[in-house]
Amino acid sequence: MLIVNLIGLSLVVLIIWWFWLKKPQSLKVSSNTVEIIVDNGVYSPSNIEIKLGQAVKLIFLRKDPSPCAEKVIFEKLGLSLDLPVNKPTEIRVKPEETGDYVFNCQMKMYVGHLKVNN
Amino acid sequence: MKNYRLSIGGMSCAGCVASVETALNSVPGVEEAVVNFAEHTAVVTGEMDIADVISAVKAASYDAAELKGGDEEAAEKEAIEFAYYRALLKKAGVAAIVGVPLFVGGMTGWFPEIDSENGQLTWLLLGLLTLGVMVYSGKHFFTGAWKSFRVHNANMDTLIALGTGAACLYSFVIVLFPDSVPSLARHAYFEAAVIIIGLINFGSALEMKARGKTSEAIKRLIGLQPKTARVLRDGKEVDVAISEVGLDETLRVRPGERIAVDGVIIEGHSSIDESMLTGEPMPVEKNVGDEVSTGTINSSGTFLFTSKRIGSDTVLAQIIDMVRQAQSTKPAIGRLVDKVASVFVPVVLIISVITFLIWFNLATENAASYALVTTMTVLIIACPCALGLATPISIMVGVGKAAEMGILIRNGDALQQAGKLTTIVLDKTGTVTEGKPAVTEIVPAKDADENSLLTIGASIEAGSEHPLASAIAMHAREKELALLKVENFAAITGQGVSGLVDNQSVLFGNTSLMKNHHVDISQLENKAQQLSQQGRTSMYLAVAGQLKGIIAVSDPIKKDSIEAIQRLHDLGMKVVMLTGDNQLTANAVAKQVGVDEVIAEVLPQDKAAKVVYFQERGEQVAMVGDGINDAPALAQANVGFAIGSGTDVAIESADITLMRGSLYGVADAIAISRATLSNIKQNLFGAFIYNTLGIPVAAGILYPLFGILLNPMIAGAAMAMSSVTVVSNANRLRFFKSKRQVT
Repeated sequence: MLIVNLIGLSLVVLIIWWFWLKKPQSLKVSSNTVEIIVDNGVYSPSNIEIKLGQAVKLIFLRKDPSPCAEKVIFEKLGLSLDLPVNKPTEIRVKPEETGDYVFNCQMKMYVGHLKVNN
Repeated sequence: MKNYRLSIGGMSCAGCVASVETALNSVPGVEEAVVNFAEHTAVVTGEMDIADVISAVKAASYDAAELKGGDEEAAEKEAIEFAYYRALLKKAGVAAIVGVPLFVGGMTGWFPEIDSENGQLTWLLLGLLTLGVMVYSGKHFFTGAWKSFRVHNANMDTLIALGTGAACLYSFVIVLFPDSVPSLARHAYFEAAVIIIGLINFGSALEMKARGKTSEAIKRLIGLQPKTARVLRDGKEVDVAISEVGLDETLRVRPGERIAVDGVIIEGHSSIDESMLTGEPMPVEKNVGDEVSTGTINSSGTFLFTSKRIGSDTVLAQIIDMVRQAQSTKPAIGRLVDKVASVFVPVVLIISVITFLIWFNLATENAASYALVTTMTVLIIACPCALGLATPISIMVGVGKAAEMGILIRNGDALQQAGKLTTIVLDKTGTVTEGKPAVTEIVPAKDADENSLLTIGASIEAGSEHPLASAIAMHAREKELALLKVENFAAITGQGVSGLVDNQSVLFGNTSLMKNHHVDISQLENKAQQLSQQGRTSMYLAVAGQLKGIIAVSDPIKKDSIEAIQRLHDLGMKVVMLTGDNQLTANAVAKQVGVDEVIAEVLPQDKAAKVVYFQERGEQVAMVGDGINDAPALAQANVGFAIGSGTDVAIESADITLMRGSLYGVADAIAISRATLSNIKQNLFGAFIYNTLGIPVAAGILYPLFGILLNPMIAGAAMAMSSVTVVSNANRLRFFKSKRQVT
């Protein structure tokens, strides 16, 4: 019984650490184009890092036909894009301030981060 | 022979055209490639593969993408969605075929006990069958969960995969090692895992069907774009694909046809049905020089017009773009939910672990079984999708429905604000009135006559852009009067104009102008007041410091302004009218239309300050104006409404654009905003209540008191239906009707 309880409590700690405390690795973008695959509930890559002032072309290729994936929204940038299935759809972004620009589907099940650093 | 149209990116000079054409012509099968530098497009004809064509352009360091007609894209999208819908139903069907007999068998004792003779083998076979169904019908949940987990994210797939995965794993442990748990806990949950997977697939299919209807408005707008146009080339009429119509081409439209691109009529006249863009049900008469818009229908005559805007520049394309963008935005109310949704799944995971531990520690018998069932039920019943969908799906339907009524809402915030308005400030000219004033009276002073008064008035106003000026000029034209030479023309904001006409100084304007220049107006002051009380705008004309008469102009009130203002009152709004006119004229108009308050003699630059005045008194203020002259006031207001007449309105200028020039649009916009907001609140309330009640019940909170424990399969059905309910509720907005559609 003790072991089960210890495992349970460890799981709670692990959930907190993995989903909230551990920062996922970002893809540092040196070129100006990133292709993002939209499939299986995730954007791949989902964490992208660019420099302030860097204009970047994000090309979304949606493979998931579920309607959840049909839009990608950059709320902070006031941009949204319809993603047809199996057709690369591009959007150019050039954030004016540093910070974390989240992009997501309408339901926030697909979530990605565009981090802009100095 | 194939024909493709491409958009070409990266062309900066005419030299690039040659490079792109060379690249296109190098592709095997291409017979002709024509690049249009102005439009950044290319048309390629021949027997070639479009992928090769795009690769060739990219190899030449330019961007290329295939341009398709709206209909084709929509049809392709529908085909993909239908295939996915069928796939979901198939997955649900397979799960049902296996799950239902497993469930019935378990209930009726068809299958032997796990620890009986042959029991282990039977259940192992059933377990393998379950595994097969899980792979076929539920693989996408497991891949999604794993991929999300790797990037430190958790979503609905995580919950479903963990819930059903735990049930399956536990059942295999029971079957393979029955002695590892007490005999009372030896129960396999294969049927639960399979039925839950089936129900969720079925729910997703239903949700997909319902979601298809939410985008009907945008599909209808896209469907307005004709595929072909009849163009006059080399003296002949030829039917060409819409993508091949260029600027400044001459097109013919016959009765009953849709107009293919935006343009200006150069020959003929007709009445045009613009209801699909403006919501205005009555056809509009159009003559030479009038603009026509893509997607509208030519009701009667045949006419020729010149194309002025094509492709993404047409009003229709701009409307579609604006609606699409607005449908993706969220009002502030939705952003709070986003915060909850973003931590929802990990929180549910933690709750499920705690539920397991509580049952495992406190249950007096069958602790492992109870712990597993409740944990699984918590994971399955939690529905982040219903929460996440609640706001965007209502916005999508609400904004789309508004667009069908000729109301373009810029974003979710505008929609939320419009639902909270308390005061509506209306600009008089062009909003309450037609904005097309006409001369009604000419009153000469003792030593003057009507024609000389009108001649001088029309001459000096010739240089003015004021709407009253055109009314006087029109009246002079009708009387065939020759205008005089004007020098030193000056417009004095809020007062009138001055200048030299035939070398004599002339002043033409309101009382302030006359008083500032010490002109004695006592002779006609009473008459001017009388006219003002009838709603006329009276302007004094003085030559060489002597009063010569009054020209009175009246701007007719729009035929539906009175009823529309009454409807605004019915919605609980305070209605204020702003005007540059004198107090008497303003009062007369205000009395006719029934506004609550009138502010007269407001200079154009002071309109924004008047909006601030009401805001400082705690009012939520809407400003309604033409969107061009009122830009600062529209920007200052909580919601700026640009009101257009037909399709010539400046779409980009306000929070809400009314394509139909009627004040009914303001009332409709407020009503649909309120309806959408209340729909969002219903959805959010439902989703929150569902999750906040469902999760504790699933965790077994009712068991100690009433002995009620939720079956995980019922949790699966509830979860599947929760998203469908949210989407169906949002779909009710499609049936929203204006209190008065016909003007």
